[in-house]
Amino acid sequence: MAESNFWVDYILPLLLIVGYIAAIIVPVLLVVALVTYGERKIWAAMQFRKGPNVVGPFGLFQPLADGLKLLMKETIIPTGANRVLFIMAPMIMFALGLIGWAVIPFDAHLVLADINVGILYLFAVSSLGVYGIIIAGWASNSKYGFLGALRSAAQMVSYEVSIGFVLVTVMLAAGSLNLRDIVEAQKGLWFFIPLAPMFVIYIISALAETNRTPFDLPEAEGELVAGYQVEYSAMTWALFMLGEYANIVLLSGLCVVLFLGGWLPPFHVEPFIWIPGFIWFIVKTALVIFIFTWVRATMPRYRYDQLMRLGWKVFLPASLAWVVITAGAMHLFGWMPQ
Amino acid sequence: MIIETIVFYVLAVVTIAAGVMVIASRNPVQSVLFLILAFFNSAGLFVLLGAEFLAMILIIVYVGAVAVLFLFVVMMLDINFSELRAGFLQYLPIGAIVGIILLAELILVFVTGAIDIHVPDVLAVATPAPEEVSNTRALGNILYTRYAYLFQGAGFILLVAMVGAIVLTHRRRVEVRRQKIADQVARDPKAAVVLKDVKSGEEGSWKSD
Repeated sequence: MAESNFWVDYILPLLLIVGYIAAIIVPVLLVVALVTYGERKIWAAMQFRKGPNVVGPFGLFQPLADGLKLLMKETIIPTGANRVLFIMAPMIMFALGLIGWAVIPFDAHLVLADINVGILYLFAVSSLGVYGIIIAGWASNSKYGFLGALRSAAQMVSYEVSIGFVLVTVMLAAGSLNLRDIVEAQKGLWFFIPLAPMFVIYIISALAETNRTPFDLPEAEGELVAGYQVEYSAMTWALFMLGEYANIVLLSGLCVVLFLGGWLPPFHVEPFIWIPGFIWFIVKTALVIFIFTWVRATMPRYRYDQLMRLGWKVFLPASLAWVVITAGAMHLFGWMPQ
Repeated sequence: MIIETIVFYVLAVVTIAAGVMVIASRNPVQSVLFLILAFFNSAGLFVLLGAEFLAMILIIVYVGAVAVLFLFVVMMLDINFSELRAGFLQYLPIGAIVGIILLAELILVFVTGAIDIHVPDVLAVATPAPEEVSNTRALGNILYTRYAYLFQGAGFILLVAMVGAIVLTHRRRVEVRRQKIADQVARDPKAAVVLKDVKSGEEGSWKSD
C-alpha cells in the first residue's frame, strides 16, 4: 500500500510537471527560432532587401541551419579564462530566459504555476539577467568583455528601478500581485490606456533591460567588438543568443499581461470571443516583439551618458511621480480595488 | 511530508556550505558568487516557510541589486591576496570574540524563550493563516498601520545615507563640457542658422564673423 502511494503521490506529479515544462519550453524555443527569422525578414523589408530566402520555403529553415552550424563549430575557451564560470555564464543566461515562463498565464487556466507573487517572481528573474553578462565578461579575462560587462551591470540596475515603479502602478491598478488577477482586472479597460505613460516607460526600459538597440551598449560592436560575447564561440555563444531572444519574448509576454489584457479579446463581442484566449496572447506578444524589431531597425545607439541621464534623471522621477499620481487619484475617486 | 524535509535539508546544507565558501574561497569574486548562492538558498527556505513575498524581495533586493553592485566593486578592485591572508591571525581574536558574543546571544534568546515560536497568539498576530490572507497583504497591513512610523523612519534613514554618499563623492569639474539638453532643445533655428549669399570667386565671404 505504501509503495503504491509513493508512486501516485510523488512520481506521477513529478512526471506531470516535467511534461508541463516540456510543453512550455519546446514552443518557447520554437518561437525564439521563429523570432530570429522574423526579425531578419523585417529588417530586410525595412531596408529594401530580401533577407534569408534560401534554406527551405521562404528561408523558413534558416534558424535551423544557423543552429546546426553553431553546433558543429569548435568551442574555444581562452587561456587565462575562469573555465567553470566561463561555461556557466551562457547557461545562466539561457536558463533565466526560460524559467520566467513558469508564471506567465497563456489563457484563463493555462498557467504552470499560479503563484501569489507572480509579478515579483518575473521582476526577480529579469533582474538576475545581469549575472549572465557580468560573469561572462569577467570570466573571459578580456578587456572588451569586461568593459561590456561593467556597462551592462550599470545599465540594467538603472533601468530596473523604473521597471519596478511601473510594476507598482500596475499592482495598484489591479490590486493584486497575481498575473491572472492582473489580466482579469483589465476586463473593462486594458491598462495601456489609463497607464499610457507607464506603458511607454515599460517598453523603453524593457529595451534597455534586454540590451537591445538603442541601448545595446554592452555589446556595441563598433567600439567593444561584441562586449561580453567577444570570447564566446559555437554553442556557448548560441546559448547567449537564445537566452537574449527568450528574454525578449518573455518581456513582450509580460508587457501583454500587464498592459494589453493578456488572453482577453479586444472587444467582448461575437467574432472576437470565438477565438481562444491563448491565440490572442500569441498575437499580442508578436505585436510587441514587432515593436522591438522595428526599434532596432530604425534607432541609432545611445551614448553612455545619455543612457544614464535617461534612466536616472527622466524615467526615475517620471515613474515615481506616476506612482504617486495613480495612487492619489485612485484614493481620491475611490477606484481602489476591493 | 518527506519531500519538504529533503528540500529543507538540501537548501540548508547548501546555504551553510556556500556561507563557509564565502570566507574560505581565495578569489573575492568567487566569494561574492558564493554569497549569491547563499542568498538563493535562503530564499528557497523562505518559500518552504510559505513566506513567498520575503523570498522574492530577498532575490530582487539582495541578489538583483546589492550583490550586483558588490560584484561590480570587487571585480574592479586590485586586491593582493597574500597581503590579505597575512592579517588573518592578527585579527582572529577579535573576529572570534564577535562570533562568540553573537552565538551566546542567540543561545540566550532561545534558552530563555524570549522568542517562543510555539506561542499561538504570536503566530496569529504576525502571520494570519495563508489560506485567509496572502502574506503580502498581511505584511502590508502590519507595516503600514502598526509600524508605519518606524517603516517611514527606516526609509528616511536610507534616503539620508544615499544623499550623503552622493554629496560626499560628487564633484563638479569646471573644465568638462557638459551636454545641456534643455539648451539644445530651446535653441531657435532662426537664430542658430544663418543663410549667406556666397558669390562665386569671392574668397572668405563664407567665413562667419
